[in-house]
This record gives sequence, structure tokens and C-alpha cells, in this order.
Amino acid sequence: MISLLGAEPLIRWRWVFDHVDQIWARLLEHVQLTVLAVAIGFAISLPLAVYAHRHRRAYAPVTFVAGLLYTIPSLALFVLLLPFTGLTTTTAEIGLVGYTLLILIRNTVAGLDAVPADAKEAALGMGYTRRQLLWRVELPLALPVIVAGVRIATVTTVGLVTVTALIGKGGEGYFILLGLQQFFSTATIVGATLSVALAVAADLVLLRAQRALTPWARSAKVRAFG
Amino acid sequence: MISLKHVSKRFAHANASAVADLSMDIAEGETVVLVGPSGCGKTTTMRMINRLIEPTSGSISVDGRDVMAQDPVLLRRGMGYVIQSIGLLPHRTVAQNIATVPNLIGWEEVRVRARVGELAGMLDLDGELLNRYPSELSGGQRQRVGVARALAADPPVMLMDEPFAAVDPIVRARLQDQFLDIQRRLRKTIVFVTHDIDEAIKMADRIAILNRGGVIEQYAPPEEILRKPANDFVKEFVGAERGLKRLALIKVADIGVERGPVVSRTALSEEARKQMESFGLDWTTVVDDGRLLGWVDLQMLEGRQHVSEATPRLFGAYVTAGSSLRQALDSIVTSRTQVAVVAGEGEQYVGILSLEHITKEILS
Repeated sequence: MISLLGAEPLIRWRWVFDHVDQIWARLLEHVQLTVLAVAIGFAISLPLAVYAHRHRRAYAPVTFVAGLLYTIPSLALFVLLLPFTGLTTTTAEIGLVGYTLLILIRNTVAGLDAVPADAKEAALGMGYTRRQLLWRVELPLALPVIVAGVRIATVTTVGLVTVTALIGKGGEGYFILLGLQQFFSTATIVGATLSVALAVAADLVLLRAQRALTPWARSAKVRAFG
Repeated sequence: MISLKHVSKRFAHANASAVADLSMDIAEGETVVLVGPSGCGKTTTMRMINRLIEPTSGSISVDGRDVMAQDPVLLRRGMGYVIQSIGLLPHRTVAQNIATVPNLIGWEEVRVRARVGELAGMLDLDGELLNRYPSELSGGQRQRVGVARALAADPPVMLMDEPFAAVDPIVRARLQDQFLDIQRRLRKTIVFVTHDIDEAIKMADRIAILNRGGVIEQYAPPEEILRKPANDFVKEFVGAERGLKRLALIKVADIGVERGPVVSRTALSEEARKQMESFGLDWTTVVDDGRLLGWVDLQMLEGRQHVSEATPRLFGAYVTAGSSLRQALDSIVTSRTQVAVVAGEGEQYVGILSLEHITKEILS
């Protein structure tokens, strides 16, 4: 490959400019696949995490199953799913969602565990119902740790989406695969760079969102000056 | 107001009862302090009243209604609740924390805001603090927010579990005084838990001293517990300086004063000497139209025809009818005349208190 890259320039800018529309469309696909996967993953893991937090005995089996999903090699998983769901978004999402669960469940449970016991006791003593306690006290206070989990899951998913290029999806992964198949480094570099950039951008956006949602978590000092 | 009848609590996996066959009545507007060593079930008892813990047997009623027949959530909203660690919600501002129960029971925003302002004033919380988060407050401020929050919906009953334990002694004393002052006006029915007998003596109308296993050893006003401890356990728990602690609870007005030697500044020295003689003392109080001027002794009157020729010495300190006997005692031991002078309004002379008199009165 080294010799091949020697004959070919590392990046052909001309090709990049000619394919801007396609690159943009794949970027949107990448975002869509990621957002959908993390959103579904969150929707599944939240109730499981709340249940596992309240019923400690459920924690081990829940994380065991999620952990099992997490260890299946992604390539193998997508291929195994093909006979059932074909070359569809569903196939891609089943895999992607599966990989978010362990991270999301673990972090959500850890966040709920870290809610100060005195705040919960006081809230119950003042007449919060269990449901109000969950939505108005426990989840808001667990938010920084939950969002930390969402950030890791998102970054991981952005990376995994590229693998779905094998089943005809892939977002920027499409270009990575294209470059590899055709010994064309420009496409691979474009795909990899944008994929990394997307991961970094998503992480920053989520960090910003978490700070905006949890003004109380900032230190007293920062607030005093801000 | 609150009535516990044969209440017992046995926790699962525990081999002994936390509370055993406990019965007590708490009157409306009364502050009852549950005090005892750790493991005596005082907190368990308190938490059964708002059903954070369910009794194993027995019955508890508040305002004539069985708590077990009520929705625990609604029951709790009707009672103020303060815990040692306060448990302010870290993600809510001070104002939002105070407004917790009014918001839960659906007060209108305007009314909530007015009430928060009122409570901030009552508890001496700066308006500027209301928009801060709990992590930005001092320990004393947090305790006061905790009390304000418990009072927010004006509940008739307050449950307070070591509410002032997390601050240093100076701040604690100030919070206690402030709370006593508020309670004097509001007359809530209060169940107050502490392990500190001095706090119990200070805050209580009645004290219930609990022993391990949730058994009441004595349930009586603080003064009676100090004067007549029911048994050795109570005696030991109340600890040293029982007499002094008791003196702190009795007011000068409660025991009456002695008249003591007293003359007008316009009197002849001869009259002053007669006064001293009749009380077996070598000094007399001097008054001007009833107002306290000071005292003169035999030596100062020597060779003088009139009392007015001598300059009376000032009393180092005087006490009033509202002072405690402990303060009077302090006045006695630090004054040259060995008595405490009692003055009324406008420094009007009322009488004196001697050590003998105090001893005689409190032993009776």
C-alpha cells in the first residue's frame, strides 16, 4: 500500500470538491444513524437502569446481557443479522443500539446511586411520591453522570457507524470502505477525518448541553464571577 | 394532637425491637424532645409519625386521625420535616427549596413567592441568598433554609431530627434561640429528636428520655427531670451539673425575692444603719424615688449625717424577674455584696436574692 500511495497523491482535492454533495449526504446519514441509535439505546436503558437501581438483584443479569451484546464483534453481528433484516437501516440500528446499552445502563445506575441519600430522604419526608422523586430529584441529580454515559455512547456509535458501510449504510464509513476497495486514499482520508470530526463535535455539543442543564453543578466560585 | 399507643417496631433481620410498646401523648402547640443514647429508637419513633417507617404494631394518630388510614404522601405534606443533614435539593435554588411543599400541593405562584419572602424574613435569610444554590451557602444558612422549607406550607406539626447538629456550637446556640423565638409565635406541635440533653433542656416543653429498645424512662418537663430524675438511667443521662442546669430553667420571678436592706438617698445615716442591722448586713441598697442608685456600707457612712453625703457604689450587675436563677447565681458569686439585686422596669428596686434564699426555694 505504501508503494501505491507513492504513485498516487495522498489527497486529490479535485475529487473532494467534485463530491461535496455526496460527502454532505453521507455526513447527514452518519448523524441520523448515530442520533437514532443513541436515542433508542437511551429509551431502552433508562427504564432498565431505573429498575436495576431500585431492585439491586436485577443489576447483575441486566448488565450481563448488555455486556454480552457489547462483546460481540461488530462485523460479525451485522453479518449475522443480514438473513433476518437484510441490508436495511434496521440491521444497522439493531447493532448500533446494542452497543450503547452497557455504557448507558451502567452510567445511569451509577448516576442514580450517587444521588445524595439525605436529599432523597428529605424529599420523601416532605411528601414527594416515588414518581416525583424519580423525575424531579433523582434523574436531575444523576444527569451529569448520565450525560457522561451518553457522551461515551455517542462517540463510540459515531465510530461504529462506519462499520455499517459493509451493509450499505455507513455514513462517512462509505468513503473509508470505498478508498480501501479501490486503493484510493483520498476517500479513506475524507471518511476517517469527517468521522473523527463528527465524534469530537458531538462530544462538545453534549458537554455544552449538560452544563446548560445543570447550572447547580458548577462551583460556587464560577457562579460568583459569572 | 399526636398520640402514640403501644407502638412497637421490629426491623426485619433484627433480633430486638427498635421501639417496644411505646405510648405517649403530645399536646397541641407543645415541643416534645425525644432524647437518648444512639440506638434508643428516638429517630425511628419520629419517623413512624409520618410513616417513613411503618410500625409493626400499635397505633399512631395525629389530630385524632389514625395515620395508618391516611395516604402517606398527603400525610407528609401536612407535616414539616427537618433532618440533621438537612437534605436540601442541590439542584434547586434556595427559593425553590423553600417552596417545595407549597409547589407540591399546588399553591399559586404569587402566593408561593410571597410566602418564600415572608419565611426568608422570619429566618433572617438575605433576599440575595434566595437565588443561590445550596452548595453556595454556609452551614448555618443551610440549616435555616431547612427550617424555612419545613415551615413553608404552615403545617401544624413539625418533625425535627437533630436539626441543629451539623453546625458549630456558637451557630447552634443562635439557631436554637432563633427557633425558640419563632416557636413562641407560631406554637407548632413539635417532635424534636436529639442526643444532646442540654439541647433538649433548652428546647423542650416536655422531654421523653428513651433507653435502648425504645423504652421511655421518663416523660416530663425539663425542670422536673432535673429535679426528680425517675431512675438511675435518667440521672446518669442528665449528667453532671444537674443543679446548675435546673437553675437555668427557673426564673427569678418563679421564686420571689427578699426585700433586703434599702434606704432612700434622702434618709439619715442612722436610718441606714438600722436597715443594715435588721438584716444582719454591713451594707444597704440606696434608692432615689424607688430607682436603684447603688449601695453604701458602714464605713462609707462613718462621720456622715446623711446618706446623700456618701457616693453610693454601683452594683456590678443586677438581674430582672425574667432572668434565670443561673444568672442570679452568677451575679451573687461575682458581687462584693454576695447577693443579686433584682430590678424591675426603669431600674426600679425590687429586692435581693441571696444564695440561702435560692437554695431554700429550689429544695422545697
